[in-house]
Amino acid sequence: MNTAKMLKKMSRSLWAFHINAGSCNACDIEILATLTPRYDAERFGIKLVGTPRHADILLVTGTLTEKIRENVLRVYHQVPDPKLVVVVGGCGSTKGVFQESYAMAGPVDTCIPVDVYIPGCPPRPEAIIYGVVKAWLKIESLEKDNAAAS
Amino acid sequence: MRELLIVIAFSLGLLVLGIFLGLFIRGIDRKFAAYFQSRVGPPLLQPFYDLEKLMIKQTIIPENSVSWIFRGAPVLALASTSVLLIYVVLPYLYYLHGSSGPFLTAGDLIVILYLLMIPAISLIAGGFASGSPYATVGAQREVVILMSVEVPLAIVVIAVAWKMSQAAGGAHPFSLLTVASNPIWTGMGPMGILGGGLLVLTLMAVVPAETGKVPFDQAEAETEIAEGLLAEYSGKYLALYGLADAVKSLAFTALFVVLFFPHGFTDLTGFRIVIAGGDYTFALDILLFIVKVIIVYTVAITAVRVAMARLKISQAAKLFLITLSMLSIAGYLLIYLDPRISGL
Repeated sequence: MNTAKMLKKMSRSLWAFHINAGSCNACDIEILATLTPRYDAERFGIKLVGTPRHADILLVTGTLTEKIRENVLRVYHQVPDPKLVVVVGGCGSTKGVFQESYAMAGPVDTCIPVDVYIPGCPPRPEAIIYGVVKAWLKIESLEKDNAAAS
Repeated sequence: MRELLIVIAFSLGLLVLGIFLGLFIRGIDRKFAAYFQSRVGPPLLQPFYDLEKLMIKQTIIPENSVSWIFRGAPVLALASTSVLLIYVVLPYLYYLHGSSGPFLTAGDLIVILYLLMIPAISLIAGGFASGSPYATVGAQREVVILMSVEVPLAIVVIAVAWKMSQAAGGAHPFSLLTVASNPIWTGMGPMGILGGGLLVLTLMAVVPAETGKVPFDQAEAETEIAEGLLAEYSGKYLALYGLADAVKSLAFTALFVVLFFPHGFTDLTGFRIVIAGGDYTFALDILLFIVKVIIVYTVAITAVRVAMARLKISQAAKLFLITLSMLSIAGYLLIYLDPRISGL
């Protein structure tokens, strides 16, 4: 099976694993708000799973602290391929207000490859859904590239 | 020999249909759950999409797992649930069709009780073999659930079999054919109906526990022990477990229907559907059976899982070993006393 078909199948059922890399919990609450009946992410086949082994998307919140750096890397390697990484919140994207902090190793993309950044402090649920749509678009553009190449 | 071949062919066909129907009913379940929470919900075919995706994902075998048990357990789970489905549904279909075959008295309630344990045991073996502390905790919880559910379930089965031994004159009281052809409600006084109601209530609590759904999903608790038993499973093996779960849910709800509501279309209305010389009653009966299975699934699994939170493992064990055992014994006694009191 070629990559394009694989990615298409994946985009209909995205299971997300959420990892807190030193967040203040605001982004985590917004992720939960995305799953509530008002925004209902499940209608796109998105659901939260409890273990990285089941996940397709890694949702990383918070600026990466020195302490959790290795664990984030380990969780990233525990997710089976193919996988996407989505950073939720300004801290993880740019280190936010923690620029000068000695305890922060972030931003997240210094540790693991990131596909989509969702800025905001915290981002609204609409923004998180938009970020996942961006991830889909990335999948689709990969599909097109793949089709053009073959 | 020819009959045996027919049985094998029917079983294989039933298995394929059962897997599709099981997954489809899961989709209906998710849609209903969304409806109860006033959401839109995923498309009906979502379980198929999930499965499709899991089949193409990478399958990771953890380094410190016992590899052959870890790989074998999902296969065993799917195989045993498939046998369970065939054992429950095929005799019932034979009965609905009104035909006879060598398979008719083979579908025995005792066999089904034991077959129900094998998927749980393979889950436990897979959990212990994962080499993950979360999976170990999940496996221990599954052992507790398995042991405590057995008691009320066995009492319900014994009560039904006792009633059958009275109704059918002692011939094959444990056979599913007897259960299907003598619905438990026939010839019951008000006390017996109350007792039967208690048995239905008990079995309704057993359904989510046997299929690992909220409020009895302590073994697969995703928020507290990282999916527990399934913590290390990914890709194909997780898909196999998903299939096994779908088939087991279907088989157990079908068992519920056969035990308590086995009435076919002819039993209910008293006539048969004949259009242009062809008898379509059997097709209608199958449709009725599927509708009944979906109703039981929605009431006993979907509504309960939406309305309730997960119990603690000690609470669940206590509920089954004490409350529900007492309830089912009370139901048995009421059924037992019913003919004696009505006769006075």
